[in-house]
Amino acid sequence: MSGARQTPASLVGARPEAAHIIEFDGREIPALPGQSIAAALWAADILAWRTTRVEGRPRGAFCGIGACYDCLATVNGRPNQRTCLLPAQPGDTVTTQEGHGRADLAI
Amino acid sequence: MPTSPSEPQESFDLAVIGAGPAGLAAAVTAAELGLRCALLDAGPRPGGQYYRHPAPGLKAAHPEKLHHGWGIFTGLSARLKRQTDLGRLTYLTEHQVWTAETGEGWRLHATTGPGGSGGTAVVPAAAVLLATGAYERQLPFPGWTLPGVVTAGGAQAMLKAGLVLPGKRIVVAGSGPLLLAAASSLVSAGASVPAVVEATDYLGYARGVTTLAANPAKLVEGAEHGAKLLRHGVRLRRSSAVVQAHGTDRVTGVTIAKLDRQWRPVPGTERYLACDAVAIGHGLVPQIELATELGAETVELGDGTVGLRVDAELRTSLPGLWAAGETCGVGGADLAVAEGELAARVIAGREVPGGLRARQRRRRAFAGLMAAAHRPGPGWPEWLTPETDVCRCEEVSVAKIREAVDDLGAGDARTVKLLTRAGMGWCQGRMCGAAVACLAGGGAPRADSRPLAGPVRLGDLAAVPADDPTY
Repeated sequence: MSGARQTPASLVGARPEAAHIIEFDGREIPALPGQSIAAALWAADILAWRTTRVEGRPRGAFCGIGACYDCLATVNGRPNQRTCLLPAQPGDTVTTQEGHGRADLAI
Repeated sequence: MPTSPSEPQESFDLAVIGAGPAGLAAAVTAAELGLRCALLDAGPRPGGQYYRHPAPGLKAAHPEKLHHGWGIFTGLSARLKRQTDLGRLTYLTEHQVWTAETGEGWRLHATTGPGGSGGTAVVPAAAVLLATGAYERQLPFPGWTLPGVVTAGGAQAMLKAGLVLPGKRIVVAGSGPLLLAAASSLVSAGASVPAVVEATDYLGYARGVTTLAANPAKLVEGAEHGAKLLRHGVRLRRSSAVVQAHGTDRVTGVTIAKLDRQWRPVPGTERYLACDAVAIGHGLVPQIELATELGAETVELGDGTVGLRVDAELRTSLPGLWAAGETCGVGGADLAVAEGELAARVIAGREVPGGLRARQRRRRAFAGLMAAAHRPGPGWPEWLTPETDVCRCEEVSVAKIREAVDDLGAGDARTVKLLTRAGMGWCQGRMCGAAVACLAGGGAPRADSRPLAGPVRLGDLAAVPADDPTY
């Protein structure tokens, strides 16, 4: 093989429309049209965006098809969103979900 | 879509659940044969997990580069478009069916929209075909909850749909033919794969020489993946497993070890491989809870999973419920397409061509051979440590499960679940169920039992009308 290393986009000859921006924990992350939030985070080399309830351990996308719920995050203020299923929309605000993600319901 | 449950709904002759290979083939065949057909799928585009493909905005000129048999999918898609354009087929995207009721016909309850955010729908139909496919079986190992450890199918799915990789150097491990397909996709997309770590020795296939000979296409498919892996210098390590993933915030490497015939790690054979991601999976589990909740009969499959029992015409034990593809046992896209078409012909009251029936039988036999060849050995729990989390959602360790079994007398997965919360979290045991059942030692595998097949908001549940005397 010669030349530049293959990428997923070059492999399928993708010429995506212009990236838009989502916010992750105050950081601006580019997302390509149609990419899920989880895919946009992976593309930015971010693999974890949730902490577990008991041990506070980092988690991100595991199954990638909506079955495992490890990829939950708070999206635009709504906790427990499966980021591997949600298309990233321009201006989305994603925040790391701590624990059960329902601090807003505490009394 | 007008999808409020209180609105009157037209009733279909057939509702197909799942727009993967089996469901697509069934829906277009049924529509072409004159049935008024609805096709429901949780995703925004047809194809299911196997034919998952980039979103239109990614403008992929060659999506076929990430697929095997792409032409079959484009053929099915064209027929889907024709039938929907003609108004013979109603294709309901982003409809996640969470329960099915049966009485005088069927009523399917679904949540709609991305992540179930769009409300609910009820779809009535005279007959239902379950083509819900499968999800991956996981066996835990120390470190498997680290970020960067993903499922083999998940790595595939994220690559096919989002054109992303979890890392640059990805160890692919577990058991089953999906590993070769995943590794082949990953190297094509620019990742390096230092090894494919397969727990079996492949000798199981040697017991089915005639079945292999009857399925040359499957052999060619395997050989193509193998050739690509060779070209990219990917090492296939048979009779081996990842016994630990290392790292603190994300995976930085794995320890692999040779396994004996029982899948017990052989001491002294450990070897360290540096990597920044791991793609892991031990075959697939039929997704059948919509049927088992209603009491459909099941059958234990050669790989230790449970599928729906069907007759030669793909009828389940429940009147008016058919099943096709992976719900009857995992066997790949070509089998799923054949079964979808076969079931649709039976439901439409048409003859099934002998060639179609023969193809289905050959592929089913291959599926049985494949399942037996990759059945997990009984010794795999020996790679666990007491601290290893088995249930990812509820963070239940091996030690807690062993305590439930050894000290508290739990003899099956259900009792372990009640004592430890293993399997009671978000995923409802989809990730830990196989492992918990094995550690509980409760004998023959049982079908998963989940009253709801997907998450439903209380408000949506409350909106379901309870005044229909038929149900």
